[in-house]
Amino acid sequence: MQKDFLELIRRASCELPADVIRVIKQGRNAEANGSPSRSALDDVIENCDLASRTSRPICQDTGTNIWYVYHPRSVSQMALTRDILAATRKATRLAYLRPNAVDSITGKNSGDNTGPGAPVIHFHEWSRKSLVADLLLKGGGSENVSAQYSLPNGAIGAGRDLEGIRRCVVDAVFNAQGKGCGPGIIGVGVGGDRATSMIEAKEQLFRLVNDKNPDPVLAKLEKTLHAQCNELGIGPMGFGGLTTVMGVKIGARHRLPASFFVSIAYLCWAARRASVSIVGGVATYSQISQQALKYKLPAVAARKGR
Amino acid sequence: MIRIELPVSEKDVRKLKVGDEISLHGTIVTARDAAHKLMVEEWPKFVEPLLKNGAIYHCGPVMKKTGKSWKAVAAGPTTSIREEPYEAAVMDHYKVRFIIGKGGMGPKTLKACKDVGAVYLHAIGGAAPLLADTVVRTKAVHLLDELGVPEAFWEFEVDGFKGIVTMDSHGKSLHSALLRKSKKKRDAIIGI
Ligand code: SF4
Repeated sequence: MQKDFLELIRRASCELPADVIRVIKQGRNAEANGSPSRSALDDVIENCDLASRTSRPICQDTGTNIWYVYHPRSVSQMALTRDILAATRKATRLAYLRPNAVDSITGKNSGDNTGPGAPVIHFHEWSRKSLVADLLLKGGGSENVSAQYSLPNGAIGAGRDLEGIRRCVVDAVFNAQGKGCGPGIIGVGVGGDRATSMIEAKEQLFRLVNDKNPDPVLAKLEKTLHAQCNELGIGPMGFGGLTTVMGVKIGARHRLPASFFVSIAYLCWAARRASVSIVGGVATYSQISQQALKYKLPAVAARKGR
Repeated sequence: MIRIELPVSEKDVRKLKVGDEISLHGTIVTARDAAHKLMVEEWPKFVEPLLKNGAIYHCGPVMKKTGKSWKAVAAGPTTSIREEPYEAAVMDHYKVRFIIGKGGMGPKTLKACKDVGAVYLHAIGGAAPLLADTVVRTKAVHLLDELGVPEAFWEFEVDGFKGIVTMDSHGKSLHSALLRKSKKKRDAIIGI
């Protein structure tokens, strides 16, 4: 499977998903003629075109590589890990990935994107015969502006309710300003413990940017927050403008009675994700991950299917 | 679009204003976290001629080696604010005229822009192949073994590297202006 995983990394790194490009183009058309934000989005669009034509990384920060692998019972996780690591090393040699894994104590770069905790791999066994791997490359600039709130929070008057969640998201996007390479996609994880809260937030980033949350309460909050974050006027790259975020995606997990975390995972415009399904040795690639399929897909994507 | 040849004089840089679109031609040198830390701790001599009236680029590129030469595959800017503790001293010591990166920088750097005669040029974050293609030649690399590919000092000869001045030598910063404006909005939306 090593060669399929290598191709998955190449696609993730070099081809921005169509749903994201579509929203960036809408944002570009909305910005004023001759404004820095419009010219920034023009460059983004041209850049993505160039990257996909020449099989080069969309952005030089090829990010944390986050894998979700769904596998049948018969497949060994040790074997899968070996294949993912081998594909990762090869992808680094081919410059689909930048050497991006640094020993936190010595400061030494491992040179091949592997090492303790790198890449990040989540396994799920399922009853199907196919194997599916979803991959997200999440850039460091956007990771640095991600945030976690423990409610109640006095500074922004956020209590343990929907209103509190709303305040956290607006505050986090404000704090990010242009530093996360906006327009961003905002993944929100409510509940869990500190670790799983952020995992939930990141899983939200696998969703299609213009899908709909089947939970009507969360769907409404997502819509409100999308509009309110854009009202901040931070705009693409923090140049000012109408498109500060492309979407807000919210998921919730059970929590302890004692805790209430709201985690905000900021994803830059370079929202690089890709998916592969392997059945009987044949790989089929897609831009729609397993996580995305749990949500109501927009009409265009639903027609194409997996 | 204003065309700038590097190295550039203090006088020419002082003419630039927030909002100006710039295209750079000449040598720019990458330096990010480890490089900045090293500069302020050791003040290495080898960077003096590279940075005098020149440009620092906050960038950790993806590079490809073919034979003896290196090619920039992807070379967009990285977040600049991490260099805020170091940058003012670096600018003053080496007389740097352009700081290139993304996300803008803070009050210390803004003051240094004024004192030294320099600007902050905001490149398009993430536009890596687009910016890499303006690198016509990798002239040299310094401390590659010690710092690794993303952190090394790469000397790039660029032709038409694009960016927007977001901090100038007159004390203006687009970033602080937007911060103030969006803070008012935030307070209204949150209701505090
Ligand atoms: S935040 Fe995203 S687009 Fe910006 S430099 Fe990092 S990976 Fe690239």
